[in-house]
Amino acid sequence: MNVTFSNEEIAFRAEVRAFFETEFPQDILEKQRLSIALTREDVVRWHKVAYKRGWGAPNWPTEHGGTGWTSVQKYIFADEQARASAPVYLSFGVSMVGPIIYTFGTEQQKQRFLPDILEFNTWWCQGYSEPGSGSDLASLSTKADLNGDHYVVNGTKTWTTLAQFADWIFCLVRTNSDVARRQEGISFVLIDMKQPGVSVKPIKLLDGECEVNEIHFDNVKIPVENLVGEEGKGWTYGKVLLQHERTNIAGVANSKYRLERLRAQTNESIRGATPLANNSVFMRKLAAAEVELKALEYTELRTLASISSGKAPGPESSILKVAGTELHQQIDSLYVEAAGYYALPFVPEQYDIDFPIDERIGNGTQTKSALSYFNHRKVSIFGGSNEIQKNIIAKHVLGI
Amino acid sequence: MDLSLNDVQMMLADSVDKFIGNDYDFETRQKYADSKQGYSDAAWQTFAELGWTSVTLSEDDGGFGGGPVDLTVVMERFGRGLVVEPFLANVVLAGGVLKRDANATQKSAWLLAAISGELQTTLAFTEPSSGYQISDITTTAVSGEDDDQSWQLSGSKAHVINGGSAELIIVAARTSGERRDKHGITLFGIPATAPGMTIRSYPTVDGLRAAEISLDNVMANHSQVIGKIDSGYETLNSAVADATLAVCAEAIGIMTVLTEKTIEFSKGRVQFGVPISSFQALQHRMVEMYTACEQSRSLLMWAAMMMHKGGPAAEQAIHSIKYQVGIAGKRVGEEAIQIHGGMGVTWELDVSHYFKRLTAIGLMFGSADWHLDQLAAPDVA
Ligand SMILES: Cc1cc2nc3c(=O)[nH]c(=O)nc-3n(C[C@H](O)[C@H](O)[C@H](O)COP(=O)(O)OP(=O)(O)OC[C@H]3O[C@@H](n4cnc5c(N)ncnc54)[C@H](O)[C@@H]3O)c2cc1C
Repeated sequence: MNVTFSNEEIAFRAEVRAFFETEFPQDILEKQRLSIALTREDVVRWHKVAYKRGWGAPNWPTEHGGTGWTSVQKYIFADEQARASAPVYLSFGVSMVGPIIYTFGTEQQKQRFLPDILEFNTWWCQGYSEPGSGSDLASLSTKADLNGDHYVVNGTKTWTTLAQFADWIFCLVRTNSDVARRQEGISFVLIDMKQPGVSVKPIKLLDGECEVNEIHFDNVKIPVENLVGEEGKGWTYGKVLLQHERTNIAGVANSKYRLERLRAQTNESIRGATPLANNSVFMRKLAAAEVELKALEYTELRTLASISSGKAPGPESSILKVAGTELHQQIDSLYVEAAGYYALPFVPEQYDIDFPIDERIGNGTQTKSALSYFNHRKVSIFGGSNEIQKNIIAKHVLGI
Repeated sequence: MDLSLNDVQMMLADSVDKFIGNDYDFETRQKYADSKQGYSDAAWQTFAELGWTSVTLSEDDGGFGGGPVDLTVVMERFGRGLVVEPFLANVVLAGGVLKRDANATQKSAWLLAAISGELQTTLAFTEPSSGYQISDITTTAVSGEDDDQSWQLSGSKAHVINGGSAELIIVAARTSGERRDKHGITLFGIPATAPGMTIRSYPTVDGLRAAEISLDNVMANHSQVIGKIDSGYETLNSAVADATLAVCAEAIGIMTVLTEKTIEFSKGRVQFGVPISSFQALQHRMVEMYTACEQSRSLLMWAAMMMHKGGPAAEQAIHSIKYQVGIAGKRVGEEAIQIHGGMGVTWELDVSHYFKRLTAIGLMFGSADWHLDQLAAPDVA
């Protein structure tokens, strides 16, 4: 057993670190550190910087313009990214629809869509969930009826993250209601959002932000060329995606650095208060979370090790989503506790770019803590709820 | 043994229930919470007219002579309705200080005005660096040359609920002793408009309002001193204990609603062709939510009775109930959201707002850990 990195890997880490320290837009990192929300333009801009560096798609093979990184390199990259407080790649294009297109799409689809995903010329969103179909996704009812050279789409998608910024949406739709297994009537299609019949309605979440939307399709025409793979196979393709999404949601690197920052903060005397480091009850909880993190990190490394030795990820990978999101939420709670009364102000405007930092009530992590805690209730709900995830583990891993 | 409410308490319960049921639905609550001051003057006036604001005052002070049980009866129902009107600030905190320590002049000018709804008040005791320790007061009141006839107050107060609306702010300041000494704390009634007062009001995550207040050589004279010089701690501590009991009752009202709403939702939400309430994984968790509510309610009854008795038992009861509600409230709130799925995290659905208020209560007047610490080592506090 050996967890040291090779010389190449160590050099790679240095290269990634240098990228975040110099080439990556520093104003965006500063915003991240000050809890100022990134604009659409910011998100596009930094993705393009990564693209110019040749890192538009860390998870793609080189033949499609990806980095071709090993799983260890991807791990190192994610770690450095979190260390720098950099934002994570918007997953919908590069992690989700991109791989589906290069795996199942036609040559023409690859040429048409992949370069724009790589270069971040198009913003994608994910249209799976519907008002009546959440955990039971296979019951989805948005219809796509074939009519000559195009499909006509009708129905409603919901909880669509950042659809307000999106140019394109990939959807699971029902192309056939007359099948033995309802999964077999589902197809994977790509829809241009900027056309008649598509309407996007924001949904305000409990933290006051509108990060998700409801989307209506009213007789929306899409050419048959926008069907990916075979009709009726969408469910199979979609499941491949979910698998990926679930490992991403674990957010191990992110948790690691959030814990590190919290520990550093315990030594500070904020506004003259006794440092948290003197509070043994709090420190025990922090230490417990750190143990949890270490376990999770090694579960992730085990997964990486089996992938890099050419094997499929072992069953331990299936626990990453549940354990990762539970830890994520545990850390949110710690930040809230650390903030005490200063978790309570709800003053969104003090995170606007032109709001003077020294006039903020509380400091950044304190007054953001409750809002993050509220917002991150979502991580145990989306990408397959933790209950569904446990059902899957029980059935497919434990065989019960 | 009799653990039931008496007739007066039943009438009180009935009267609050009726108001919440008829005049305080969630949309109305949201409208009040979203208004500039964050509550409704009309609703507040109704509370006063119906006598709720004077429930815990003695008959001599114009009240009903009710005690901690009566307070929990009202607050639990306010929790169910997610009420935003400033009952806690006016009646329990400021009122709690005034009813104990104010002289006759102060009572008629301040206490009666507060409970009749004519004067908005609050109590400013937490400071930016105090954490949950009530005696950690660095705001100073320095007496002038006339010695104990006038003072100048300077310092900062944090998270003063209702601080933006309050016209009278009772400020806990240090007249002698060291930072965390219990002795040396004096209570002053300060008009919000007094020169040197800077009040920065802001909305809080639970839809209410609080303020950061800074005092810069604010003048106070002898008539503004509430109670005895240097001896305000006991009263302060008692008022905060009442408020702690009050928010625990409120939290139990909230937890009960969340449990009911979650059960109802799970019966109606169909996935995989069946209501999600049929999944045992969820059933057990709803049973746990229910258990948490009922265990908390039992402890609340005990705590209210101990508060009535007073003394060290009361102190222990307050720490116990706030610990219990802190733990149980977090669990119930989080489970309610989780079982509602995506709907649970929306602004539109009331569930998330109940959850946010529960979270805020968890952080007020001492977290669960802080209270458990007091129980574990009562002398360390
Ligand atoms: C912030 C946010 C962003 C999202 N972004 C997107 C997006 O971009 N694109 C997209 O397509 N979707 C998105 N989603 C939707 C997400 O995938 C769904 O919310 C999720 O699948 C759960 O579905 P639901 O909300 O309908 O809950 P339901 O399926 O109604 O579930 C309610 C509760 O029942 C439980 N439950 C259901 N079935 C079972 C069972 N068999 N056993 C035990 N428990 C069960 C669930 O775990 C949950 O606790 C997002 C959701 C959120 C909250």
